Amino acid sequence: MSETEKPAGDGERLARLRRPATAARKAAAPPPPVEAPAPTPRPTGTTTMPPVGGDNVLLAVNGLQKHFPVTQGIFFRRQIGAVKAVDGLTFSVNKGETLGVVGETGCGKSTMGRLLTRLLEPTGGQILYNGHDITHASTHQLRPLRREIQMIFQDPFSSLNPRHTVGSIVGAPLKIQNIDSPENRRRNVQELMELVGLNPEHYNRYPHEFSGGQRQRIGIARALALRPSMIVADEPVSALDVSIQAQVVNLLSDLQKEFGLTYVFIAHDLSVIRHISNRVAVMYLGKIVEMASDTDLYEHPLHPYTHALLSAVPIPDPEREQKRDRILLKGDVPSPLNPPPACRFHTRCWKAQEICRQTEPPLLEISPGHQVACHFPEEKDLVG
Amino acid sequence: MTMSPNEPLLDATSAPLAPDVSEATESNPALLSRGGLVARRFFRQKLGLLGLAALLLLILAAFIGPLLDHYKYQAIDENAFLTGPSSAHIFGTDAIGHDVFAATMHGAQKSIEIGLLVAVFATAVAAIVGAAAGYFGGWTDRILMWFVDLMLVVPSFLIIAILSNKFADNWILFVLLLGAFIWQITARIVRGQTLSMKEREFVAAARYMGVSGWRIIMRHILPNLSSLLIIDATVNVSAAILLEAGLSFFGFGVKPPDVSLGTLLDQAQTAAITSPWLFYFPAGFLILLCLSVNLIGDALRDALDPSAGKAQ
Repeated sequence: MSETEKPAGDGERLARLRRPATAARKAAAPPPPVEAPAPTPRPTGTTTMPPVGGDNVLLAVNGLQKHFPVTQGIFFRRQIGAVKAVDGLTFSVNKGETLGVVGETGCGKSTMGRLLTRLLEPTGGQILYNGHDITHASTHQLRPLRREIQMIFQDPFSSLNPRHTVGSIVGAPLKIQNIDSPENRRRNVQELMELVGLNPEHYNRYPHEFSGGQRQRIGIARALALRPSMIVADEPVSALDVSIQAQVVNLLSDLQKEFGLTYVFIAHDLSVIRHISNRVAVMYLGKIVEMASDTDLYEHPLHPYTHALLSAVPIPDPEREQKRDRILLKGDVPSPLNPPPACRFHTRCWKAQEICRQTEPPLLEISPGHQVACHFPEEKDLVG
Repeated sequence: MTMSPNEPLLDATSAPLAPDVSEATESNPALLSRGGLVARRFFRQKLGLLGLAALLLLILAAFIGPLLDHYKYQAIDENAFLTGPSSAHIFGTDAIGHDVFAATMHGAQKSIEIGLLVAVFATAVAAIVGAAAGYFGGWTDRILMWFVDLMLVVPSFLIIAILSNKFADNWILFVLLLGAFIWQITARIVRGQTLSMKEREFVAAARYMGVSGWRIIMRHILPNLSSLLIIDATVNVSAAILLEAGLSFFGFGVKPPDVSLGTLLDQAQTAAITSPWLFYFPAGFLILLCLSVNLIGDALRDALDPSAGKAQ
């Protein structure tokens, strides 16, 4: 990391964005013709969990499905099965909150992220953004939506075109949406670069001249360029060093406070999720097995899979670390091509009974805001 | 994004409010467009400049040289059969009194036209067809690749030979004909590279922003394959000149009394040892041409590839 990467989170830098230059730009440009009212006064970041449902819901997902067909044959392709990457997700995201999504590799987290941003076409279910059904919106219909929902990609080394300068990468969304003259755009891009802690002098540099953390900041600046309401972050820190992870996560939460952003934050690191999320959803094989507020989930986990995940989080206290019992799951994640019937976790669950192999447990609300899909939910203190 | 480096970067009203930004932009040597950056990186490379200068000199010599010489390439000097270089004929004469300098320059005109145009044409077609097949996939891919395979199994030399009789007097058509038979293998390579490139996240990001398929190909995929394409184009220059020479040798392509470097070399092959001036002047010209194109290609590749150290 070079000296140019400033630590995130100084209020001074954030305050700069409220400069008249930005305000003037917003005033000069006519409000975009979006279905959703564009200049909505966005709520400031909330630390307490807002009530589920009601007017506060920004994104509602109902029975979302994505099955990738598996075909065979050269001339006559016939479908011999489907990879059920995402199989019936129902949840909602409130304005200004962060929904963390965790699960192990291959559980469908990233597919879900790509479905929410409509990079992939769902094969079933419904996505409502601000009350508008965007499940099968065409490319043309999605265009205004791009100003509202943005995405941060996982790998900062492959998400930036190596042949484009930082300036043109960060400015691309502005250019595509036809916002601003080139000179204004450049000023905007430099403001954005400063906002995410990059040196605006590096406007003409290429991605390979930056470290991983700086590259992820470029990706964040690109996502912020259109001043979106919601950002879907697909494992934004998984590819980074732990020390840089903290900087980037802090930057993201500062930006959330500043702009009242709503995040869907996908990660496999439970400590990162705990740090940034208001609510957490745990996924296993394409389904949500447990969803609760972050304190609820970490202090009163109910699903055995959540127990297993939490028991793997290291505790920075050798005494407590030694005393607790770790839950080691046996075997591998079953193939999503042919998931186990009924409860998908029964093949690896130590509590599994006959009913788990017969009927699928529905995602039920056990206590206010705490949903779990298990026949034998049980509280267990794992993190303390 | 086009921007001229000398226009004011920040207007007076916003400058005092943004001291960091204005300082940063002023200390920046230049905020150039992508084309400007590539040009600057190209001109920093000595070998590339040398190649460019050599190519320009060759073109100048080929097109202006014949005007300075008082012999025409088809004229016969009956006082000088098969003489070596002298003050009257600086490159010497051949067995029937043709001035070798005039013939070389005239042949070079043809070879430069054919070589450069065929190379650019063939590489462009390969890039577009390969990238379209790889990016769009499905039926586009199947139809385009079916066509490419068909073109690969067709005896190209025979078809060019037959058709070139019809096109011999129209050299642009001849160029298209030559180009039409040398792009297929590159197209297949480009397709393969595109398949892996389109899985990269920056393509997903562009798609997410609503960039159209063709724009993604032009702005994101092909620039990342530029090294491959440039090398292919430089190789194609010599390949086209040699293909044309081969055709001319069999009496197709460039027809006597018209000459190209290829026909001159073919005629002089047997005389290379006994009257070397007949062989070495056209051969030297051909080597210089290919070498300069290769040097330019190398420099251009480094200029386009931001991580290439040489152009820093």
